[in-house]
Amino acid sequence: MDFTLSDEQRALTEMVEQFTEAEITPNAKDWDEQHHFPIATLRKAADLGLAAMYVKPELGGSGLSRLEAALVFEKLAMGCVSTTAYLSIHNMVTWMIGHYGSSTLHEKYLSHLASMQWTASYCLTESNAGSDAASLITSARRDGDCYIINGAKAFISGATQSHVYAVMVRTGELGPKGISCILVDKDTPGLSFGKLEQKLGWHSQPTAMVFFENCRVPISQLLGVENSGFSIALTALNGGRVNIAACSLGGASACLKASLAYVQERSQFGKNLSQFQHIQFTLATMATQLDAARLMVYRAAAAIDNQDTPLVTQCAMAKKFATDVCFEIANQALQLHGGYGYLKDYPIERFLRDLRVHQILEGTNEIMQTIIAKRLLEA
Amino acid sequence: MKILVAVKRVIDPYAKIRVNADQTGIETHNVKLSMNPFDEIALEEALRLKEQGLASEIIVISIGPIQAQETLRQGLALGADRAILIQTDQDLEPLVIAQLLNRISLREAPQLIILGKQAIDNDANQTGQMLAALLNWPQATFASKVTIDQQRVTVEREIDGGLQTLAFDLPGIITTDLRLNTPRFAKLPNIMKAKSKPLEIIASETLGIDLTPRLTTLSIKPPPIRPKGILVHSVDELIDKLRFEAKVI
Repeated sequence: MDFTLSDEQRALTEMVEQFTEAEITPNAKDWDEQHHFPIATLRKAADLGLAAMYVKPELGGSGLSRLEAALVFEKLAMGCVSTTAYLSIHNMVTWMIGHYGSSTLHEKYLSHLASMQWTASYCLTESNAGSDAASLITSARRDGDCYIINGAKAFISGATQSHVYAVMVRTGELGPKGISCILVDKDTPGLSFGKLEQKLGWHSQPTAMVFFENCRVPISQLLGVENSGFSIALTALNGGRVNIAACSLGGASACLKASLAYVQERSQFGKNLSQFQHIQFTLATMATQLDAARLMVYRAAAAIDNQDTPLVTQCAMAKKFATDVCFEIANQALQLHGGYGYLKDYPIERFLRDLRVHQILEGTNEIMQTIIAKRLLEA
Repeated sequence: MKILVAVKRVIDPYAKIRVNADQTGIETHNVKLSMNPFDEIALEEALRLKEQGLASEIIVISIGPIQAQETLRQGLALGADRAILIQTDQDLEPLVIAQLLNRISLREAPQLIILGKQAIDNDANQTGQMLAALLNWPQATFASKVTIDQQRVTVEREIDGGLQTLAFDLPGIITTDLRLNTPRFAKLPNIMKAKSKPLEIIASETLGIDLTPRLTTLSIKPPPIRPKGILVHSVDELIDKLRFEAKVI
């Protein structure tokens, strides 16, 4: 087992760190306050190869491994968790098109998605199909060489801004075996959006419902084969879980870094906070938890790269552990900052708000436990 | 046109600088090292000249320990075509550096050499000038704007009184100031590909230059910690303190 990064991996994390400090960190507060979707900055990131990270180079991607992508997301999230999380969703859909799409779809989408001239969203959840995703009812009916899509998707990250939506629809029997994945363009007649959701965090990207009313889409927009959509959705989600967990690592690292600086400059009772043993122990625990989470996330990412058999379990464990622990680290950081941590003048409360949703999305942490337990009991 | 760009591996400008325990130098253990910022600007300028079709090849060169390969790889990831490392574990003085660069210049025959005006570690600001003297080439230091028309190079440079414009015919030497350009970030695929570009390692002793330092560093001390400020209650008290304590009036 080798825990050292290669020269290239170190070089790319350093580059992303510099990019984050120059382009993201100074703006994240404004994006949060103004609910601004920073497409110009995202396009700068895309220009560096960050929008199609694990798509093969021959398809116009950067050809990175999942582990390398996780390292990148972690660094970016140190600046802004919400923007990075959106970029990770975009990367996931771009990968889905690269991996499962026909050459016609590659031609139509990949270069635009790699440059982020177009952006992408993932549509699985419905109002009544959240954790029980296989019960989804949005339907696609064949009509000649088209599908006619009807239904509604809920909690769609990037909705209203994204140009293409990877939508899980029912094309066959009830349950997971009757689902297909179809790409729907934003300008398709019959596609519309609900009002923008008012959220606790993730303010730099819009969330809304997406409605489909007799949406006519050519059958060439189908990803993979008909009725294989649920397995595409779950495979993509394994990566999505690692990505979101990596975003949590970045948020927690930023909180720890801010706390280390704060306790060394703040004095009470005549000495720096850093000289109190309770503060030292808190910092040590935060750093240890962060490192443990990091190891789990990196291992899960490597498991996808190597297609190791327990990858589903490892991705679920990493997602649950990292998102729980990193939220707790942000919470501890807020406590260390005292009253100041509660103010928007300091970045901690933004990280706390942005990190909270990671325990819910890409499969709630309770569903992660269901996944883990199911495989434990099967063995 | 072939351009040679010299890059130095230095302590990262944002790292915390600490004097080592025996006060003989700066602590470099567990400290982040990166490309000297002025050299990043030098490389960026070379890359822009190549993009304008004015340069055919960019060679990045560094003199330092084997780890300086990382800095050269960064240069390759940014777009340099090949790299040369003159390997040494010794701390070399500017004249020796200039002599080593002179050797490589004679071999590679670049038409233009671009260097950072100084390295942010010891701030010598001498290598470019000395190299120009050794090569007997014209030099334009502290460049804030570079234009090339055929063989004619025009350089705007920052001086105390404002801007000065110099012109010379190639070959020549430019050293770069902070406001010349803003360096780009390396693209991910180029970082991954940098390893496949050529990087030649030359042992410093093989170039026939006397590497012995002429200067001896006696000790290095951190500046004294600034004492706390005081509040004065009247102008008279201020004048009194300036005259008798600070002794500046």
